[in-house]
Amino acid sequence: MGIIKTLFGRRKQGSGATAKNRLRFVLQHDRIHLPPERMEEMKREILAVIVKYLVVDQDRVEIDLEQRDRRQSKLVAEIPFSGQQPAHSAPDARLPALSSDSADNS
Amino acid sequence: MESEEKSRTDARVITVSSGKGGVGKTTATANLGISLASLGKRVVVIDADIGLRNLDIIMGLENRIVYDLVDVVEGRSKLRQAMIKHKKFDDLFLIPAAQTRDKMAISPEDMVQMTDELREDFDYILIDSPAGIERGFRNALEPADEVLIVTNPEVSAVRDADRIVGLIEAAEKGPGKLIINRLKTDLVRKGEMLSSDDVYDILGLTIIGIIPEDEMVLSASNSGIPVTLNLNSQAGMAFGNIARRITGEDVPFMNLDGNPGILRRFLRLFDGR
Ligand SMILES: Nc1ncnc2c1ncn2[C@@H]1O[C@H](COP(=O)(O)OP(=O)(O)OP(=O)(O)O)[C@@H](O)[C@H]1O
Ligand SMILES: [Mg+2]
Repeated sequence: MGIIKTLFGRRKQGSGATAKNRLRFVLQHDRIHLPPERMEEMKREILAVIVKYLVVDQDRVEIDLEQRDRRQSKLVAEIPFSGQQPAHSAPDARLPALSSDSADNS
Repeated sequence: MESEEKSRTDARVITVSSGKGGVGKTTATANLGISLASLGKRVVVIDADIGLRNLDIIMGLENRIVYDLVDVVEGRSKLRQAMIKHKKFDDLFLIPAAQTRDKMAISPEDMVQMTDELREDFDYILIDSPAGIERGFRNALEPADEVLIVTNPEVSAVRDADRIVGLIEAAEKGPGKLIINRLKTDLVRKGEMLSSDDVYDILGLTIIGIIPEDEMVLSASNSGIPVTLNLNSQAGMAFGNIARRITGEDVPFMNLDGNPGILRRFLRLFDGR
């Protein structure tokens, strides 16, 4: 390992950094008692509602869980869109992949 | 809450727990007990790991046991009869766990009653908790004024520590303070182990001490003389520092992630004994 790497980059390399990232992820979900799968499902449902009204740039959507500490979590969403859906368009055609019953309920 | 406890009693009851097994709870309890005693404090250490008695052998007191925790709870022995005085320190006592019973033999209330009986005669009561989050942990947690959480810089131990913190908070015993044990300086330097900063970032708990991996811990266990009595041991020194922090002293941290030159300077300045 070069000296520059040793001085500046070491925390970003190596399995230690991987461990840190993996732990962060798993603890976020442990703490809110919501497994990653369920979180993904929830994000899809949220998005399903929004695309009924707005033309969303689906590739750039980010909905993330942020935690200050173990008592305070928040969802931070960035959902870029380019305008409203035409009033009588068939929004179902534009829905992201999600289970049909949750789309109907919303 | 703190002041209520203080006015009622003298001793502070400190429970050492972890969630995951084998991370160093018993080692920490033994060493902190010894270190606090060597600072002139009156100390009782209680082995709450019923069925897996260990604190006695780590402290070199295994040959002196007549009665145990369960004998006291079930009335076969007076509390004082079950307390084994340490060979070196007159004000250090061990209450051993029962070896042939299980955790259900005592209740959290039994532990509260026992520690309450001890509080006025001692400065510190340390409880060595069993691994896990079941009854044995509850027994150890219930009488606690504060909790020390031992973890290793390793994914499963840190995850379990976080789980334990949730339970400690739910029991309104504060978030607890963290002891990071078995830190391997060379691996941290190579980026191949979580550093103490990483663990702090992840858990968000106050760190009360960082104990390096140290072969002398094993020889200390072998001989029944806790490593903190070995003046050449870094782990022993680090345990001594934690004890002093417990008493309220502001002790700088040894530099375990950094270069050895700085480390040596630190040791001379702050830890020279
Ligand atoms: N800083 C250290 N350096 C080297 N070895 C250590 C260190 N701390 C603990 N150990 C070793 O790790 C092993 C487990 O330690 P210990 O028995 O204290 O853990 P524990 O958390 O009490 O385990 P259990 O959950 O089974 O009660 C022991 O063999 C001990 O010698
Ligand atoms: Mg143990």
